[in-house]
Amino acid sequence: MDPLQMRKLAMRSIAGTTALAASLSLVACGGGEKASGDFDGEVKVGILHSRSGTMAISENTVAEAELMAIDEINAKGGVTIDGKKLKIVPVEEDGASDWPTFAEKAKKLIDQDQVAVVFGGWTSASRKAMLPVFEAKDHFLFYPIQYEGQECSKNIFYSGASPNQQAEPAVDWLLKNKGKDFFLVGSDYVYPRTANTIMKEQLKANGGKVVGEDYLPLGNTEVAPIIAKIKQALPKGGVIVNTLNGDSNVAFFKQMKAAGITPANGYSIMSFSIAEEEIAAIGPEYLEGTYAAWNYFQSLDTPASKKFTADFKAKYGDKRVTNDPAEAAYMMIYLWAAAAEKANSVDDNKVREALIGVSFDAPEGKVTVQPNHHVEKLVLIGEVQKDGMFKILENKGFVKPVAWNQYVPETKGYTCDWTQKRPDAGKYKM
Amino acid sequence: MDLLYDTLFNGLAIGSVLVLAALGLAVVFGLMGVINMAHGELMMLGAYTTFVVQNIFKAVLPEALFPIYILVSIPLAFLVSGLAGLLLEKTVIRRLYGRPLETLLATWGVSLILQQFVRSVSSAFAIGLVLAVAGGILIPRFTPKAWWQQRWTPLLGTGSWIVSGGIGIGIASALGNQRALDQPWFSARNIDVTAPTWLRGSIDVGAVNMPAARLFIIALTVIALLAVSWFLQKSVWGMRIRAVTQNRPMSDCLGIPTEKVDALTFLIGSGLAGVAGVAVTLLGSVGPNLGGNYIVDCFMVVVLGGVGKLAGTVLAALGIGVLSYIVGSGSLLLVWPAMPAGLNDLITFFATTSMAKVLVFALIVVFLQIRPAGLFPQKGRMVEA
Repeated sequence: MDPLQMRKLAMRSIAGTTALAASLSLVACGGGEKASGDFDGEVKVGILHSRSGTMAISENTVAEAELMAIDEINAKGGVTIDGKKLKIVPVEEDGASDWPTFAEKAKKLIDQDQVAVVFGGWTSASRKAMLPVFEAKDHFLFYPIQYEGQECSKNIFYSGASPNQQAEPAVDWLLKNKGKDFFLVGSDYVYPRTANTIMKEQLKANGGKVVGEDYLPLGNTEVAPIIAKIKQALPKGGVIVNTLNGDSNVAFFKQMKAAGITPANGYSIMSFSIAEEEIAAIGPEYLEGTYAAWNYFQSLDTPASKKFTADFKAKYGDKRVTNDPAEAAYMMIYLWAAAAEKANSVDDNKVREALIGVSFDAPEGKVTVQPNHHVEKLVLIGEVQKDGMFKILENKGFVKPVAWNQYVPETKGYTCDWTQKRPDAGKYKM
Repeated sequence: MDLLYDTLFNGLAIGSVLVLAALGLAVVFGLMGVINMAHGELMMLGAYTTFVVQNIFKAVLPEALFPIYILVSIPLAFLVSGLAGLLLEKTVIRRLYGRPLETLLATWGVSLILQQFVRSVSSAFAIGLVLAVAGGILIPRFTPKAWWQQRWTPLLGTGSWIVSGGIGIGIASALGNQRALDQPWFSARNIDVTAPTWLRGSIDVGAVNMPAARLFIIALTVIALLAVSWFLQKSVWGMRIRAVTQNRPMSDCLGIPTEKVDALTFLIGSGLAGVAGVAVTLLGSVGPNLGGNYIVDCFMVVVLGGVGKLAGTVLAALGIGVLSYIVGSGSLLLVWPAMPAGLNDLITFFATTSMAKVLVFALIVVFLQIRPAGLFPQKGRMVEA
């Protein structure tokens, strides 16, 4: 090959690659600006979820629910402070399913974009990574996911369930209706480990028995050893509590079905991280007849719930489903806006004080913010149906949140109340 | 006795998935010395092919044919992944032979591109991409002959790529405004591949419960292994591949078309990854990140087995399978219930899936300290080449 030809070839391939890369990145853009109404000013808020990586599947829905709430509030005239209408302007950042990135982006949103508040996070690992940032800068994070509790920060507001609003009532229900022998399966990180610690204490206190326990690394898909253990521990059926997260769930349910560990054979399976969105991805035929505990189901038959689902489908497409995390994310935007109007300021310190006691008619019902920065929530137990929706088996009504778990010896007797003017208001003995 | 059979079957079941997943890598890495980080993504393409075939069967063909969709998807997945691998070899890897570090980085980049591709591909995107590539290749052919003897001729190729790239982008964004064309085909969500009913149940043989999907994968692994070893040992092209592996310059001198051999080896290795992709849809989730779940295990198997030997790969995979089952399920406690308390605690500690993985990795590291070349080191003068 002569030099000229070679250079030609090299240049051609380089240019080809660049053009391709450019076309790939450009196609992703698009969408137009929305017409803005008459506003007297703006208030910037941060939206910080994983829009790429493993968690993107789940977190996209949450971010979309938040943006929908912001659009709705803006359409009604925004947030009114001192008689001035402020437009809420979301500043979006991508946490990229990487916990240090969450901390870094949180810093950026606070320092560079000067947002009034940050809405974000999904995994407990991402929340734990952001927590020191918000405490050091004395800023405010709204976190929308059910979690393991054992935390009560002045700088975080939790709109998802604490364990006594999801895991504990679910275990009570299983003990009463399904059996005493429990097998616990979870992913190997902070949420399943802490949740299982709580459940073990609760079972000990209420006459249940843990016959086995196993943890899978996140993303692992080989569950044959777990299935063998379940069969040894529960040969004739029993209760399985599943706190797996992400892709492992698919492997778990596909292989359980193949091994005959199914509701039809006497196994009651309760999952804490499977909502409507995940059912669609795993396939309803693998999950039919298993249980879940949440604070909101798309099938909740109230006008507010139906309107929320209809609006979400109208905005993001007919095939989409709503679920508990999306509902919690949606409600927390409204709670923040209501608190800002009550405080007559968007300053995070004033909003934080005003927030306690604020109410909102959420899709799950009327929710009120409690002094421990959590929300009183509706507790529901559902069974997966053929169509991927839940049939609500039990409605336990609204339950007040408990941040410090009362079953675990280390935190028994402790409480959290941010209306108290004491230095240890986040964790003190009752 | 039942426990022994149970352990053997489950070890075989775990091991056969590893064999199937690592087989393609053993061919590519073992025979060509190419570290292909995109191997997992080629598996993912196989899994997505299964998804597409499943949907075609659901939508177009009569319901009675649905149970056999998985059999149809095996050759198709081989083809799709094989062709993707061929393209990868022709465009990237060919230029990097003998530079393992660069190959590693380049193929890792390719794996990221493939992941993002399945996330964002939509009709508009695909049309734009096809037009851009076709334009880049075709435009220079339709230019006047006289243009090819000018001083600015070297810019011609670049220019045509820029023009066609621009056309591609323009058309893609124009079409992207239409909702029907803008919908991503797969999106970032995991997709649902449903096993046909005959693969969902299980068979009881004695006291051992054998899931049908596992039996299917074991059978598929055996067939794939037999086919690959027949091809390498008995066919003409297999002989050429082995010759090139042993001594490339000499094979070249003797008239073996080494470029074709490389391309063919890569095609087969990638195609096998596609077949593995079909198999794992029966076990786990199918999404853009599927490859990442398997790539480390694949390399572990190939390195432990000894580079360049299929028998080593098989033995390593089965060994890892049985070992991780025994440790992870805590079977030792059942065999020897009266063991000393200290040992009992130790075994219980490792008897969760995630700790079993730690122990298996540690044992592999120790083993490779003793035998750095793996179970079956390749003998011969050209090993270092």
